[in-house]
Amino acid sequence: MTTRLVLANLKHKPMRSLLSMFLIAVPVTLILCLVGLSEGMLADSARRARGIGADIIIRPPKTSILSLSGSPIPEKLVAAIDQKPHVALAMGMMSFLVGGVSSVNGIDLPTFNKMSGGFRYLQGGPFRGPDDIIIDEYYAQQHNLHAGDTVTDILNRPWHVCGVAEGGKLARLAVPMPTLQDLTGNTGKVSQIFVKADKPADIPTVLAEMKEFLPGYNIYTMEEFTSLLTVENVGGLNTFIHVMVGIGVVIGFAVVLLSMYMAVLQRTREIGILKSLGASRWFILKIILAEAVVMGIGGTVVGIGLSFVARALILTLYPSSLTQAITPGWWPIAGVISLVGVLLGALYPGLSAANQDPIEALAYE
Amino acid sequence: MSELLIEVRGLQKIYRVGKVDVPALRGVDLDVPAREFLAIIGPSGSGKSTLFHIIGGLTPATAGSVRIAGQDISSLSDAGRTELRKQKVGFVFQKFNLLPNLTAGDNIAIARHIAGRDQKPEPEFEEVLKLLGIAARLNHKPAALSGGEQQRVAIARAIVNHPAILLADEPTGNLDSENSCAVLDVLRDLNRRLGQTILMITHNPEAATFAHRTVYMRDGRIVA
Repeated sequence: MTTRLVLANLKHKPMRSLLSMFLIAVPVTLILCLVGLSEGMLADSARRARGIGADIIIRPPKTSILSLSGSPIPEKLVAAIDQKPHVALAMGMMSFLVGGVSSVNGIDLPTFNKMSGGFRYLQGGPFRGPDDIIIDEYYAQQHNLHAGDTVTDILNRPWHVCGVAEGGKLARLAVPMPTLQDLTGNTGKVSQIFVKADKPADIPTVLAEMKEFLPGYNIYTMEEFTSLLTVENVGGLNTFIHVMVGIGVVIGFAVVLLSMYMAVLQRTREIGILKSLGASRWFILKIILAEAVVMGIGGTVVGIGLSFVARALILTLYPSSLTQAITPGWWPIAGVISLVGVLLGALYPGLSAANQDPIEALAYE
Repeated sequence: MSELLIEVRGLQKIYRVGKVDVPALRGVDLDVPAREFLAIIGPSGSGKSTLFHIIGGLTPATAGSVRIAGQDISSLSDAGRTELRKQKVGFVFQKFNLLPNLTAGDNIAIARHIAGRDQKPEPEFEEVLKLLGIAARLNHKPAALSGGEQQRVAIARAIVNHPAILLADEPTGNLDSENSCAVLDVLRDLNRRLGQTILMITHNPEAATFAHRTVYMRDGRIVA
């Protein structure tokens, strides 16, 4: 019977109920999108790192997992590593941030082909000149580019799109390494070195050898490196997510506080009726809290649905810039966050309803 | 004469309005035997509703005592008065006071639920619904019912838990004469057939004739 009363109350003002649910859904969607983007982009980075086909990655000292600061590794080290025992191939690569989260990679295409098996071209083919650029399918889709087009918004110079390749290897943009080195004042330097061992059993030996050869450098097996690409290992990201969670609770709290406060005011007389029937304070409070919980659950479901809509929009509008994962593991967390918010928000209106004087409530017009 | 169901002695109620004390009841004595249909008449401000509110456990008295079936309710806490309303008193109001979001049937069911009696009403209650003439209207919401039907639903809700006392505050105040007559007939029938004790406030002397006895209130006292 309580459930029927709660649902009847929510149905009585459908617009208010739906609007409240929608507003509760906003922080849920924000949280899910933020977490989904974080996890999606990290997973995408890991997938593309694995796509290179290397066994070991050597990064400069004091670099974070996600970003590289400049290109401080002398290129001659690549040739030295290449000569080490059990090393099948060493490849230097240069990365340069070209805005937001996109970077362009400078590569030596023959070495890259040898290590990764090469790009699979959907249009065009490999570099033919120093101003050529290979873009992946997502970048091409987002910027509406085709093989043969000219790109001018990368490093403020024209690039000739020589090929559109399948995604999943390196960054989304690849140019000849000497060109990128010269353009960015990093001639003779690389950002990181990828190493392929003769056979998988040699990886630990090569790793130990590299650590001895390059003390202070960040050297990981590719497996280790990709496993480090998590939200916890990215400085500040976890804090940012916690802040968003806090904002989610506050918005849920504020929305339900206002909505239920209005509802309690509008239902003053009905609260008086329930009290005249012998309803206890707890019964009245329970009704208000139950309404808030239903709105919280509804808002969570709507929020989860909106996160799918956001993902579809991102996939359509920014396929190369942003990758949003769907994170079902966060659905119950988002649900609890919104429930905490709505219960806190419903508490004051609920208590004021529960404490209303029945005679005054019955006389309310 | 039946045993006394309600004994009111020296009942006083003073409301505080700002910094001014406003006496609503100035020493009311009243005995109501079980199964009586009592009408209380008086002008506005005479204290009728306040007397109802105290007997019904909606507000505490300032002084004096009220005993219902031997239980002194003047010393009850808020929770105790809530229990009294749940178990011993049924209210019928001038403005019907049905919950607008629920059907007529659910308005009755919620009273059962609050009293902790979630099972269906006894089979005899079906007879009461027929007597009230609302058996076919239970799936309608109050907005779809006439004033007379709404008041009869309110009466059904008030008696569904078999209260010791039915308190009817101007039950015909919002009804035309035909519906007024029907509601008063119903109240009289409930009293006669079920032995329901009824206290009814009314301004209308004609309505009071349906009761066994009428008392008159003025200025917070029973004057006749």
